Amino acid sequence: MATVALALEALDISKRFGARWALSRLSFTLEAGRSLLLTGHNGSGKTTLLRLIATASFPTAGVLKVMGLHSQNEREALRPLVGLVSHASFHYEDLSAAQNLTLTAKFLGLEQPASVVTGLLDRMGLLARADSPVRQFSAGMRKRLAIARLLMRAPKVALLDEPFGELDPAGIAQMEGLIQELQGQGTSVVLATHLVEQGQRLTQERLHLEGGRKVAPT
Amino acid sequence: MTPILPLVVLALVVAAMLGHVAVPAVRPWAWKAVGALGAVMLVSLWYFGLYWAPPEQFMSDVGRILYVHVPHVWMALLAFTLNVGCAVAYLMKKSWVTDALAESAAEVGVYFGAVGVMMGSIWARPTWGVWWDWDPRLISTTVMLLAYVGYLALRSFTEDPERRATWSAAAAILSYVSLPIVWFSVRWWNSLHQVQSNPSTVDKPMVAVLRWGAVTMLCFLFVFIVKRYEIARSRQTAAMELPPLEAPRAEVA
Amino acid sequence: MKRPSLLGAAWLVLKKDWQIEWRTRARLTAIIFFSLATLLLFSFAMGPDIVTLRAHAPGYLWLGLLFASVLSLGESFRVEAENQALTGLVLTPVEPRAIFIGKVLGNASLLFVLSLVLLPVAVALYDVDLGRDPLSLVLVLFLGCVGISAPGTVYSAISANARARDVMLPLLLFPVLVPLLLAAVSATKFTLQPDPQEQLGSWLKLLTAFDLIYLSVGFLLFPKVAEED
Repeated sequence: MATVALALEALDISKRFGARWALSRLSFTLEAGRSLLLTGHNGSGKTTLLRLIATASFPTAGVLKVMGLHSQNEREALRPLVGLVSHASFHYEDLSAAQNLTLTAKFLGLEQPASVVTGLLDRMGLLARADSPVRQFSAGMRKRLAIARLLMRAPKVALLDEPFGELDPAGIAQMEGLIQELQGQGTSVVLATHLVEQGQRLTQERLHLEGGRKVAPT
Repeated sequence: MTPILPLVVLALVVAAMLGHVAVPAVRPWAWKAVGALGAVMLVSLWYFGLYWAPPEQFMSDVGRILYVHVPHVWMALLAFTLNVGCAVAYLMKKSWVTDALAESAAEVGVYFGAVGVMMGSIWARPTWGVWWDWDPRLISTTVMLLAYVGYLALRSFTEDPERRATWSAAAAILSYVSLPIVWFSVRWWNSLHQVQSNPSTVDKPMVAVLRWGAVTMLCFLFVFIVKRYEIARSRQTAAMELPPLEAPRAEVA
Repeated sequence: MKRPSLLGAAWLVLKKDWQIEWRTRARLTAIIFFSLATLLLFSFAMGPDIVTLRAHAPGYLWLGLLFASVLSLGESFRVEAENQALTGLVLTPVEPRAIFIGKVLGNASLLFVLSLVLLPVAVALYDVDLGRDPLSLVLVLFLGCVGISAPGTVYSAISANARARDVMLPLLLFPVLVPLLLAAVSATKFTLQPDPQEQLGSWLKLLTAFDLIYLSVGFLLFPKVAEED
């Protein structure tokens, strides 16, 4: 596969929900292999932007390219390359952690899904609760399960929406380690977080949003 | 009046409709002309339908309501067909014009359909002694009407414009596809139970008046859809503008 | 890494739905008891004349299934709306068409099991004769359940995310199911009662046509509804 120069290329994108513009006339780029810190108050459009990059949603206007692929028109090719960890965890509440991950593993066509799943659960410290339904999980455990899913998919662009939110200090340290590990593999990480100093340590560039527009951080 | 005359007027109305679609210059006055024509035809329909046409053999004067009842149902079907055409077109290529037209066609169709079914019920009571019957046309039209009321409810409950357009297009297609199936299944059920089908009017004067009624209603269908479409488009444009390139300067407290 | 085919992915979706149903079998039990109650209500409303009850039993059975389907279809997509699990599937990536096939079969199989459970109840309440043509009866039940699920899956995907979702699903679904109801009730009648004019075959064909039409249309429409486009 030919290497692409830009991990992200947003060309005048806007996104509307109902009567409200969540993103307005946004343009920016991110080079492949580099990581981006996404900051802004709640409601500034961070989650919307991450969902657009993940192809869960598409711009109302403008063009978004991820890894050189058009987010809407080339979504089938793009989806394996992008991973999103967000507020909505994508899990089935009534299935166990192991069952949720095994489902993803089988859809990805992984060989020996059982051992892959066990390995990831162990790594994220969830092995003891592997067979409990997700409904019984705490917020921090759900986040770790979502990370496990992301690692399984091994995307080229990893989107993390407030990943430190529900974690204790040990968990935060582990998360930082994981982010650096992903970056070591050449993955571009887009990190949306309120913890600005922490985020700046982990990323090379910053995009600050206010009212859905790019503004200079104050 | 002969059965040919309404067809001549029909050709005029269709020409006006095509002109409205194809030639933007005629749009401001095409609907007014057709509307005026429709009003004139309606007044003359009262004359033709209530006095000029002879009483029907079996149904006597009650049968006269058919001259408005049948055209109303035809117009409803025409409107729903337009709606589903727009639905398919929208799913193939998104366009607000198509969505606005679909919305107008559905609303106008529900109006004509509801009035048509009520008129049919009024006709049925003295004729068959019942308000309702297992006639394939009646059942099909009512099912379509219910389905499209659901369509309008779905549209009004969905706030996001893109979702509203996509979901209602899907609902329209699923509803319309049921029309032939309902038709055949009811007709079949009736044939197995030897239910009498409705007598049809074949006398020349009656055919002429029926056609006259149909063209009259077509005029109104056209005018209603055009006006409703304009309302839909103006509602859309208000919400569709892209935000300005630069953020507006916020007032400093 | 070899991704599953369309049918392979559909099978995974179906198995997943079965897993969820098994893990939350309390819900399934509740739906069964709801249907039992419905059938009981019909027999009370129609009066104790066993001849009338037996004659109209197919109607009661299918109405009971129809009402239960609103519950089960609604549940099926509530599960997907929680945590945006359906979006998660689509992003894995899983082809939306595979999701459609899997969910239709999942919904249909659930309704089918329900219908089988209701048969002995129908015998008890309405005195129907199951022994006359049981294989055809099972076939009618299966075709009817698929027919409810095909448009039902598309509509419940829509209404799961709409306002007034509890009302929206039956409002949209019931008009479209009128011909299915007619065909299923008629076909069921001719498996429980004598069929001198051999009408059963024709009604089965109508049921099959309904199913094929709505499976095809749903197959084409579901991707538009599952994804925010």
